[in-house]
Amino acid sequence: MASPSRTPTARARPLSPHLSVWKPGPAMIVSILHRITGDGMATVGTVVLVWWLAAISGGPASYAPFHYVFMALWGGAIGYLFGIGLTLSFFQHLATGIRHFFLDVGANYDLKGNRAGSIATMVFSVVATAAFWAYLTMVK
Amino acid sequence: MGNGTELGRVRGLGSAKEGTHHWWSQRLTAAANLFLMVWFFIAIARLPAYDYETVRAWLSSPWAAIPMLLLIASVFYHFRLGLQVLIEDYVHGAARVMWLLALNFFSVGSAAIAIFAILRVAFTVTGVPHG
Ligand code: HEM
Ligand code: HEM
Repeated sequence: MASPSRTPTARARPLSPHLSVWKPGPAMIVSILHRITGDGMATVGTVVLVWWLAAISGGPASYAPFHYVFMALWGGAIGYLFGIGLTLSFFQHLATGIRHFFLDVGANYDLKGNRAGSIATMVFSVVATAAFWAYLTMVK
Repeated sequence: MGNGTELGRVRGLGSAKEGTHHWWSQRLTAAANLFLMVWFFIAIARLPAYDYETVRAWLSSPWAAIPMLLLIASVFYHFRLGLQVLIEDYVHGAARVMWLLALNFFSVGSAAIAIFAILRVAFTVTGVPHG
């Protein structure tokens, strides 16, 4: 859709280089991941969390369907899918969020350090998610 | 920085009258989220079970209800700001207004449900609430 300010007489303006001209790298991946995980938690995560809180406040009869869908049906498969997905999203968004704090103060823009930091956020999110669910399912 | 009046430059709010307010609020709530969400994950992990009686007993304690209320306020404000940027990036023209309105309905409405639910559990002293 043409933006209102663009009249037929407007000249072609130089555009900022985007997706297609760049070689993919860790910094690009974690930048995209930060957005996807934030948006995923904000939509899917919000629905699950609000359903859970409303179900608790409604009493046993309203908690039953929540418990059934996430913890009983198909051996709790839906609960594992959403639970592990949201946990991974959270730890990834947490790590890239902290990465943002560093970038905000102008730190870690050198190529090697930035690359290492980007990779570290993904290693952290996978390890933390594995540890969290190992604790939930095995230790307890 | 050569333009505008001196007072305008001191206030640093620019022509949109907002300055960096959106950006800064996203950072403040991000820092609060960091603490509140880590608390939440630890609290969830430490629950002995996830049946109705256990989770209700947990949420009725002020030690859970108060941080949960703070979490709802911080996280929902944070993602309201974040999703606004998403919409501004990808939706143009009149549709953008509809999406931004829908975002406000979603974030304010779901926050209201969450806060009501937490308070209802916290303020129900004994037994099971009616209905
Ligand atoms: C699907 C993947 C991507 C998404 C969702 C995305 C999203 C965004 C967003 C939200 C901004 C605004 C950032 C801000 O205002 O703080 C932005 C700006 C920018 N992005 Fe992307 N981006 C993506 C991929 C890339 C890639 C791969 C590159 C090149 C390496 C790139 C280059 C840029 C540049 C140069 C800007 C600054 C533009 C300006 O300020 O004029 N983006 N992008
Ligand atoms: C560990 C706690 C968190 C930290 C440190 C954090 C940090 C951040 C930061 C720094 C940004 C701004 C990125 C930018 O300016 O480009 C951001 C964006 C965002 N956050 Fe968070 N956040 C946290 C938790 C959450 C949670 C729990 C949610 C959702 C329920 C969420 C949803 C979002 C969304 C939707 C965005 C916008 C992403 C985009 O489109 O660019 N965040 N976060």
